[in-house]
Amino acid sequence: MTTFDAAGAASAAPAGEERLSRARLIRRRFLRNRLALFGIAVIATMFFVAFVSPLFAPWNYYENDFTALLQGPSASHWFGTTQIGVDVFAQTMRGLQKSLIIGMLVAVFSTGLSALVGAFAGYVQGRADRVVMWVVDLLLVLPSFLVLVLLSRFYQTKNWLFLVFGLTVLDWMITARVVRGIAMSLRERDFVRAARYMGVPTSTIIVRHLLPNMASILIIAATLNVAGAILAETGLSYLGFGVQAPDVSLGTLIAEGTASALTYPWLFVFAGGILILTVLAFSFIGDGVRDAFDPGSARGGGRVE
Amino acid sequence: MSALVEISDLAVSFPSEAGLVRAVRGVSLDVRAGEVLGVVGESGSGKTVMSLSVIGLLPDSARASGSVVFGGRDLLTLDDDEMSRLRGREISMVFQDPLSALNPVHTIGRQLAEALLIHQDVSREVAARRAVELLEIVGIPRPGERAQSYPHEFSGGMRQRVMIALAIANQPKVILADEPTTALDVTVQAQILDVLRTARDMTGAAIVLVTHDLGVVAGLADRVAIMYAGKVVEVGPVADVYAAPAMPYTIGLLGSIPRVDAGAGDRLASIPGAPPSPVALPDGCAFAPRCPAAQPVCGAQIPPLATVGPERAIACVRGADIAVLRREGRLFVATPRPLGHASTADGVAIEVRGLRKTFPLLKGAVMRRRVGSVFAVDGVDLTLRAGRSLALVGESGCGKTTTLLEILNLVAPEAGSITVLGRDAAALTKAERLEMRKDLQIVFQDPFASLDPRLPIGDAIAEPLRTFGVPRDRQDARVHELLELVGLQRDQATKYPAEFSGGQRQRIAIARALALNPKVLALDEPVSALDVSVRAGVLNLLSELQEKLSLSYLFVSHDLSVVRRIADDIAVMYLGGIVESGPVPEVFARPRHPYTQALLSAVPIPDPSVERARQRIVLTGDLPSPADPPSGCRFHTRCHVRATLAPDVSARCVRERPVLSAHGSGAVACHATLG
Repeated sequence: MTTFDAAGAASAAPAGEERLSRARLIRRRFLRNRLALFGIAVIATMFFVAFVSPLFAPWNYYENDFTALLQGPSASHWFGTTQIGVDVFAQTMRGLQKSLIIGMLVAVFSTGLSALVGAFAGYVQGRADRVVMWVVDLLLVLPSFLVLVLLSRFYQTKNWLFLVFGLTVLDWMITARVVRGIAMSLRERDFVRAARYMGVPTSTIIVRHLLPNMASILIIAATLNVAGAILAETGLSYLGFGVQAPDVSLGTLIAEGTASALTYPWLFVFAGGILILTVLAFSFIGDGVRDAFDPGSARGGGRVE
Repeated sequence: MSALVEISDLAVSFPSEAGLVRAVRGVSLDVRAGEVLGVVGESGSGKTVMSLSVIGLLPDSARASGSVVFGGRDLLTLDDDEMSRLRGREISMVFQDPLSALNPVHTIGRQLAEALLIHQDVSREVAARRAVELLEIVGIPRPGERAQSYPHEFSGGMRQRVMIALAIANQPKVILADEPTTALDVTVQAQILDVLRTARDMTGAAIVLVTHDLGVVAGLADRVAIMYAGKVVEVGPVADVYAAPAMPYTIGLLGSIPRVDAGAGDRLASIPGAPPSPVALPDGCAFAPRCPAAQPVCGAQIPPLATVGPERAIACVRGADIAVLRREGRLFVATPRPLGHASTADGVAIEVRGLRKTFPLLKGAVMRRRVGSVFAVDGVDLTLRAGRSLALVGESGCGKTTTLLEILNLVAPEAGSITVLGRDAAALTKAERLEMRKDLQIVFQDPFASLDPRLPIGDAIAEPLRTFGVPRDRQDARVHELLELVGLQRDQATKYPAEFSGGQRQRIAIARALALNPKVLALDEPVSALDVSVRAGVLNLLSELQEKLSLSYLFVSHDLSVVRRIADDIAVMYLGGIVESGPVPEVFARPRHPYTQALLSAVPIPDPSVERARQRIVLTGDLPSPADPPSGCRFHTRCHVRATLAPDVSARCVRERPVLSAHGSGAVACHATLG
């Protein structure tokens, strides 16, 4: 009987490994993606520098150094100074902080909103679904940028969190449609049907069964949305409808720097370069996450029979 | 007889993220000219991979070693161009899913002609004419006309006939048929097996019949090879292997399949455990962990396929002892069913009268208008007595699952009435309906789909308890109790569904359904998605639970041999209506409706001597569309009895729909039987 036990243990082991290997598999696929790793490194550096450097940097973003007006990069002003002697490095870091925070918050909120609305609409179907989809279509045909510009009169004087709110409200619809489609197919899966026949209430089914089963899609959507949100925020700020002075974001910095981009390039190049790098890095991470979750061409290694 | 194809020491493996998948591990097998070789195995046994390597269709990532010699050449060394010249002309293949194997944008006739033109030097006209002839050979009515049709205009059975026509078009020497009838209904399966027999007789080709169904092999094959975990474990003439299986796996497999011709009596023998994963195979004999006769020596080395008699070989180191054990009846024996099963409880659990459910056929994108109705269920009467099992039987598309879901919805049906445990579904309030759900639970067909992959199984089983507000500490105790009840360990509660095999998952689904102590359990094909060797275990569990908990089962199935095993009463459905109902022993012994007779005779019996001696009623044609059901008796278009009837009765079949009327101890809906 000893062999029986040994063999039994041997056959139990791979079963135990299978679940671990799912998470490990995704991690391994992700780590294999060079560009995604590069993205992670860039974003980590950006965060670190943006939030830690102001603690040590010699200048603040609202201080004026009247001994150095419109100076190029130097030992004391790393990215140079502006017309009124403000340190560009401090400004850029402050702008980066704002852009990163706004980008992340908008991505998280809009993905969360689209998950809830999409899952609800896809699951309950019928009239509620039609109403929700009607609202989604309506919001989709509205030129969201224009709406934000119009609304800017209202939020310009308020907290920048209103900007986050505005961007969120106009950014969730496409993901919501995708989520609704997934919810409609999950709804017909037996485990959801089983829960329904057990009398499990709708809200519980959505939270316990639908959302966890589309987690991968939501993670991918959130990551890809960050880049979009940062671009939208900088775009608005560039045109003067987003973050307002004295606060700065990458968008306002670029706006101020464009006029003298050729004569005093340091006013423009650093903010612009960091924006491009950040958005690229988020896109790389988003692609990497998507490829890691969706085996796609790696299917050849799957089960055969 | 000389070997036509000589497979020696074939090994195929695939790299995967989880490790090397060793799908085929050293198979040596001959295919002889003109024979039908059955290759039997469960999913993952490597039978499909083996047949793909013969025809050179392995995916690029596969690594193959050994040799497959055909016509003096090793097929594994040929490149794709050389293989293409052989494929279709010398070796051809019939796939499981005929829809995906046919090109949807070309007519059937053109695809057949194409196959001829590639390999033969004939004119287009000759090829087209030959295509029509081929369609006639495989039994397609009005072949000239049908050659102009597209694949989607054919039913599943008809498409499979076309596939066979394609396979024999160039008079190949070997035809590989991979699960050719698995996707088909049992009455259509009988037709297709006949066509395969004809194809063999006409072309003299050897047929390699790859299947999991021992019944199909019993009727058609000359020799059989049993595969397990990538190896052939037993090979021999069909009659000998079925009469005296020598490898423990074969013994267990034959003992564990329910038979339509057997009495209800004893429980099935069941093989413990599940087939091993091809990524992590045990050392030594792969079957040893599940083998009741395993000894230390079995785990030490992989047993070679050794000759044990004329034409026979098995892979078992204890071959001689096994033969003795089997003769003495000590291996995989059926345990007797405890007495006093027949429930004495009176009363009716579910009563359905005149149930109807139609689905609208809609047309138009903007203004949707109803252009017709699909009569999924039309006039169904059912009575499930308390403490008994009622099987609802029929082919796919007959409306049996729709009936089940209508009952489970617990709302007023379109027409007719549903009464569950004495309460009319139409009269329930929302709160009462929720309360009723406690007593009526369901187990779905596919345990891979019915458990939430992101929920640990303990939480899944506790879900109904949570829904009905059972306190947390009581939930845990109940989950442990349920796990033990269905034969799992209590410490497995924190694991995820992916860690369990199909059979274990179905046990978890059963545990979840039992959580609230229901009185009625609806079982939707509970074993049809499971591997053959684990089915018996789940079936035994179901009958055990019924005795222990005095449950009533409403059992939906297309598999009559399973029904024979588990049900007390049976109701046979055809195209949305019940055609016959009654106690199982009665209906199986003396089927009264022609459709029931045909259905019973189409079920293959895994015993070559019985299977070959049987007189078979093979129905013509396919199930008519429920959107446009035939007039009168819905079965009259396929009925084999109607031809023998007096003209006035026969006319009545077309004119008037028979009513289900009491007859003997059951009920039947047939003008001819009722007179």
